[in-house]
Amino acid sequence: MSYAYYPGCSLKSSGKPYEASLFKVFEAVGLSLDEIADWNCCGATSYTSVDDMKAYALAARNLAIAERDGDGGVDLVAPCAACYLVLSKAQHYMKDNAAIGEGIAKGLGSVGLRYEGRVRVRHPLDVLINDVGVEKIAQAVKKPLGGLKVACYYGCQIVRPYSTFDDQHQPTSMERLLGAAGAEIVDWPLKTRCCGGSLIGTIQEAGLRLGYILLKEAKKRGADVLVTACPLCQFNLECFQDRMSKEFDDRVDINVAFFTQVLASALGASDKEVGFDRLLKWDPPKPVGAEGGSHARA
Amino acid sequence: MDDWQGWRRIKYESQLDPGFAGVVTAIPGGEKLLECIQCGTCSGTCPLSSYMDHTPRKIIAMTRAGFKDEVLHSRTIWVCASCYSCTVECPKQIPITDVMYALKREALRKGVHPKRFAAPVMAGEFVRAVEKYGRNSETWISLWLYLKTQPWKLLKFARLGPRLILKGRMGLGHESIKNKAELRALLRAVERTAPDADGVLAGRAKGAS
Repeated sequence: MSYAYYPGCSLKSSGKPYEASLFKVFEAVGLSLDEIADWNCCGATSYTSVDDMKAYALAARNLAIAERDGDGGVDLVAPCAACYLVLSKAQHYMKDNAAIGEGIAKGLGSVGLRYEGRVRVRHPLDVLINDVGVEKIAQAVKKPLGGLKVACYYGCQIVRPYSTFDDQHQPTSMERLLGAAGAEIVDWPLKTRCCGGSLIGTIQEAGLRLGYILLKEAKKRGADVLVTACPLCQFNLECFQDRMSKEFDDRVDINVAFFTQVLASALGASDKEVGFDRLLKWDPPKPVGAEGGSHARA
Repeated sequence: MDDWQGWRRIKYESQLDPGFAGVVTAIPGGEKLLECIQCGTCSGTCPLSSYMDHTPRKIIAMTRAGFKDEVLHSRTIWVCASCYSCTVECPKQIPITDVMYALKREALRKGVHPKRFAAPVMAGEFVRAVEKYGRNSETWISLWLYLKTQPWKLLKFARLGPRLILKGRMGLGHESIKNKAELRALLRAVERTAPDADGVLAGRAKGAS
């Protein structure tokens, strides 16, 4: 089965390992992803702060393209949390608010596009847990994670406010997937607490603190790896560890990977294929994806 | 900072703008603002309340009462990271994150955000890149942001940037869509007739550099 794919800007730069490993996971369970033609930036959080109609129009163009090329009902996979939220939000507002719906329809019409609302915006977690299912994932595991201690982090915009595939406060899809792959799930209550998003660039003091709170707790609870499902969360939590450690005089060094990297590795992909080498820090106690062996902890 | 902030905190009714809440009530679900019961769930659930000058609950009360200057000048609206915790927790289903967005837009339209404050500058740079290329570059957004607000901080970034480049996770190129004309025409077509927000933005961005 094939899904339409909206990568978004981050998956083509800092989130490259997310894209590479996502493809590997889908491949391992017999699914494929077709990138939609000439997609544009979703607008993320910034565009809505400046002009909401234009922000909806940006999202609408992508939805219209996916629908046009998708030949009927389309499932559009958006792995980035911001893209997932923005596309879902535009979808909701175009449908529920006449002024927005008509305004956007007119705008799309002026460039020869139209959108009839037949795209379903899906997060990879949603597809993997609901369309594929934990059982099939478990069957496809080739290199079980051998009790690797994993803390699953969802952040905000995947589960709030539009997602219907999981709980908004205590989601469990990532835990179920990685549990099926042999990981030991660390009980970590901060999984939907905000990482600070773009504050790391704008009000760094606040951004660093929010990230530090997450990392400190994950470390305290013994996680070997913190996995995320959003490129900005991963970036914030991995790339500023040095500064957080210095700022709060507390060493918070922990591996931060995309959940797809760890999952793809269990499904048989090599370290290079899932992009462990692209992480700034990758040294779990028993290397995940180590060639030719299980990862049983000593 | 306006005079009133220096000494007199209480305003006379005649100094308030009773129509100000209209900025918010005009957005989808925004009319629910008027139903706020001031329970403070939003402020309690907000992970960033401690960095705000007014908590979300206060912002709602002030917006409703017409404290236009105070609300539009507040740091609160720019500190909001859009995590939607308040939105899903609000017992009156007020879309508080969207309320913050509406207030950000109004502050930009009026050109009254805190000086040298990076959040609005970043929003401006983001919009500029999307309108020019159709896509965004994390590298260039970060570079412009630092250059225009706190260039000395680029030194701190000088360590991280090259590491990410070596890892193939950052580049100096700028991704671009093919049909830029279509995107621009679309954005023009949905442009509001309100005062040119872009003009104001460009002016502010220049002022901040």
